[in-house]
Order: sequence, then C-alpha cells, then structure tokens
Amino acid sequence: MQPLLIVENLEKRYEGARRLGAKNKAPALRGVSFSISPQSTFALVGESGSGKSTLAYCIAGLERATSGNIKLDGNEITELDPKRLRVLRPQIQLVFQDPARSLNPRFSAVETVSEPLLVQGRMGKQEREDRARAVLSQVGIPQEKIPLRAEEFSGGQRQRLAIARALVLEPKLLILDEALSALDCSVQAQIANLLLELQSSLGLTYLFITHDLAMAGHLADEIAVMESGKIVEMGAAEKVLREPEQETTRRLIAATPRLDIAAGQPQGL
Amino acid sequence: MRYFLRRLIQAAFLLTGVSILTFLFSTLAPGNYFDEMRLNPQISPETVAALRAQYQLDQPLPLRYGRWVNSVLHGEMGFSFAYNSPVRPLLWTRARNTLLLTLSATLIAWALALPLGVLSAATRGRLPDRSLSWATAAALVIPDLVFALALLILAVRSGWFPTGGIVSVGFESLSPIQKFLDLASHMALPVLALVFSALPALLRHVRAAVREVLDAPFLRAAASHGIPRRILLYRYALRAAANPLISLFGFSIGALLSGSLLVEVVMSWPGLGPLLLESILARDLYVVIGGVLFSTIFLVAGNFLADIFIYWADPRIRTGKAAR
Repeated sequence: MQPLLIVENLEKRYEGARRLGAKNKAPALRGVSFSISPQSTFALVGESGSGKSTLAYCIAGLERATSGNIKLDGNEITELDPKRLRVLRPQIQLVFQDPARSLNPRFSAVETVSEPLLVQGRMGKQEREDRARAVLSQVGIPQEKIPLRAEEFSGGQRQRLAIARALVLEPKLLILDEALSALDCSVQAQIANLLLELQSSLGLTYLFITHDLAMAGHLADEIAVMESGKIVEMGAAEKVLREPEQETTRRLIAATPRLDIAAGQPQGL
Repeated sequence: MRYFLRRLIQAAFLLTGVSILTFLFSTLAPGNYFDEMRLNPQISPETVAALRAQYQLDQPLPLRYGRWVNSVLHGEMGFSFAYNSPVRPLLWTRARNTLLLTLSATLIAWALALPLGVLSAATRGRLPDRSLSWATAAALVIPDLVFALALLILAVRSGWFPTGGIVSVGFESLSPIQKFLDLASHMALPVLALVFSALPALLRHVRAAVREVLDAPFLRAAASHGIPRRILLYRYALRAAANPLISLFGFSIGALLSGSLLVEVVMSWPGLGPLLLESILARDLYVVIGGVLFSTIFLVAGNFLADIFIYWADPRIRTGKAAR
C-alpha cells in the first residue's frame, strides 16, 4: 500500500541571533526520513528538545523546512506557495498538548469547531453549525454543553473539543502533539480509546508525538525514537519496545513508570 | 449592568478622594495668592486681610472644602483669583483646545502603533522588527522637550508652519476649508511632538502583547486551518492581545489633559498646560484644584470607556469568567 506521508531527509535550522556578523544556526532536525501507511498510527518518541514538535510543525506547514521533502498522498508540500498550501492544509490537522491554551478562549464550543469550516469558506452558517454539532457529538461532547466556552469545560472535554476542531475538516492525517500528556491517567485512557474508535470509524492516520513510550506502545503500529533532531531507531512498535537496539530507547523504556501491584513498587516497562 | 454600576460607584469614590487630597495638599502648601500683595507697600495689610476674607481663605479647611464642593455641584468649581471669574468656564475653554490637540495626537499615535507593533511582532528578529526596535529606543531616549524645541527651530527657520497660537489673525473671515487648513497647520507641530512622545511606548506595548499571543497554540491551530497571515494577525492575534491594549488606551485618554503640558508651553498652544503652570506659579488655588479634578475626570472617563470596550470585545467579561 502506498504510504500516506513520506518524509525524506528533512532538515530544519532556526536562525539564531547574529553574533559578530555571522548567523548562528541551531539544527533542530537533521536528515529525518520516515513514512506512514494510511489508517495506521506512527509514534514519534523522544525526550524534550529532541525535535519532535518541530517535525510536526514542518509537516503541518507551520514551519518551513530548511531542506528535504514531505509528500502527502504523493503531493510534495514543502515547496508550495501559501495559496496552494492553504488548500492542502485541511488534510493535515494538529491536536496540541495543552487543551487550555489550544482553544480560543473567546469562542463557544460550536464556534471553535465550526471556525475551520468558516476559514476554508465551506458551507453556509447553518450548515457549518450543524456539522460542528455532529462532530462534537461524535467526540462525546453533550449537546447541552455546546453553547459553553472552552474555559467552562474540563481538561479532558477540552481535548475532545480540540479533536473535534481537527476532525471537522475531514483530515487524512492527524498530528497528536503530546495530546495526552497534560491529562490525568483516567482521562488519558478515555481520550486514547476515543482516538482508536475514531481511527476505525473514520479511517484516520495518526502521527502520535509523545515522550510516553507506554502510551506509544498502546496506540502505535510503528515507533520512531528521536534524539537531537535525528531518528535513532525505528520499527514495529512491539519490536522497538521489546528489543530496543539503541541506548536512547532503552533509557526511555527504563524511565517509563509501570505499576507492579505484586511487588508494590513502580518499575520500568 | 451591575458591572458598570460597580465601576461608576468606584469612580465616584475616586473623584471624592482625589478632590479631598488635592484640596488638602494645595491648601496646606506654604503661601497663597495674596501673599505677594503683602510685599507691596501700596496695599495695606487691612486690604489683604479683607481680600482673604472675601475669598474665604480665613475660614477653616473643612468649611472651605464644603463650600468648594457646593460650588462644583453648581458648575463653577471655585473662583479664580487671577482671572476674577468662575473656574469651570476658564478651564473648559482651555481644556477644549488641549483636547483638540491631544485627541488628534492620541488617535494618530494609536493608528500608527497598531500596524507597526503588529508588523514588529510578526517579524521578530528580522529587519522590520530590528529597525523599529532601534527607532523606538532612539525616540525613547530623546527628551520630549528637545524634540519639541527642534521642531520649533525647524518651523522658525523654514517658515513652513506657524510657531504659536491656535489660529491665524483674520481666522473669522476665512472660508470653512481655509479655516480647517489654518487650524491644521497650527496643530501640526504640537501634534507631531505629542505623537513622537507617545508612539514609541505604545508601539512597544502592542508588539509585546501581540508577540505573547502569537505563540499560543490556538493561533497555531488557526494557522493550520489555512487562515491567511494578515487575517491571523489582525483578526485573531490582535483581538486576543486586545485587553491590556484597551486598558492602555483608556489610560492614554486619562493622560490627555496633563500629557501635553510641556508641549503646550513650549509651542505656545493656548491649552490647559500654560494656564495650569501660571496658576501654580501664582498660587491661584481653585484653578489648580480644578485642573487636577478635570484630569481625574478624564482618567475616570478613559478607564470607564476602556471597561466598555473590553466588555464589548471580550465575551468572558460579559459572563464574569475572564479571571479564571
């Protein structure tokens, strides 16, 4: 099956402050390559500052890569002008880590979810609202809460709202940038199950960015481990977790807490 | 409605407090308008005492304050010793001239600060941002007085602009368009000086407020939906950054009357500034108190206006949940 997303040799350097006339460029991504099959989940794991979010922003078109290629459904997207990128953008949507800050505090739930349709100039007002209500119901937001603003929802419900906002444009690829990290354990499990349900019912493809290897193992088909802007290990999720080849992967696995009830102590995975 | 009622009650308390303090400080300051008369051998001590009694300066402080409040309620705001007239019409004529100047300058300064501040925030670290940063830093370190004097010298040397007053001689005989042009040419220099003094700080505030929200994930999400950059900046980022800027706008209205004092004196603009300066030097007590009260009313009105704008602009305020 042809991959939905192909990333080849992606490089990203941020321009730092000018020092003595020379530009100081810090490499955030160094030759990153991978591909994601349709309707699968690809997890990117790594410590903070390893370049996971930069990679996500480059794929979503929010940051411009310094070099390399990104192909979505066979279309090269790194060189697109803003107009053509705008047409392509609905196909890749993001869900951010902090649900409190990722939603416009001035918008009600229905405005939040119908806003992307308005931006894309799709549908009339009533149609947009109906579509937003349908998606909100799909992610489990009760109808009576639809007129409320984001700040009046709990953390888990806010993340459901953010997922609904991402889904309303019917994307092919959903980038979940630490989307479960700011939630407590029980809510994490609920949102993870919602993501799995949505994947099977809508045929979604996920790029799941996390530092939590246990959750990556639960959700992902493939895992790539990043360190200092490079992918250092990549493979089927089970293989990477059971037979890690790189020290970074072993360190991440060892850092993942696991509740061993018999021993009464949290231990490594 | 309760929100506005609460604000109005706060404003009434503030005005009362300021009037008591101003009255107290101005009255307790050493010397008064009639002290200089004592040095004049042609005026007898009895005459000075009679004048003090006529203007009730020999009465106890609370009684004088009570009489002054009564006068404020009757629309007079006390009596000017120097001009021998009630204070309110005296102040109001001058305040109108000051408002004409400062309102124009404030509107121009904000009209420039908003797009330039957004541009600076949107191009952080790049050439437009760095140029504006240098320009505002330079403008901030040049004292307003120096800039006003430089403008005055330019006007005198070039003859392009009139160098004092509000209108030319023979203004009444001009056509409406000529009147407008004459007024505009008189306003040009003082307005430019005021814009120069206000713009750098406003621009930096706009830049900081917009910069802070530009990194917010909800704006990144909006960008990922395909919003054109200009709409993202002006309709989303500026609106999200609006609350502190609206408060600043209210404050800048509050500073309208007092902010132009220096420029009015240097540029010979017949506004409140020169009148207040003369009154302070002459110890014309009730004019000084009236001037401070006028400024306070503007501050209160500016903040009240800002509250209305914020109420209108932010749905969270309307339901009392913005503080969460």
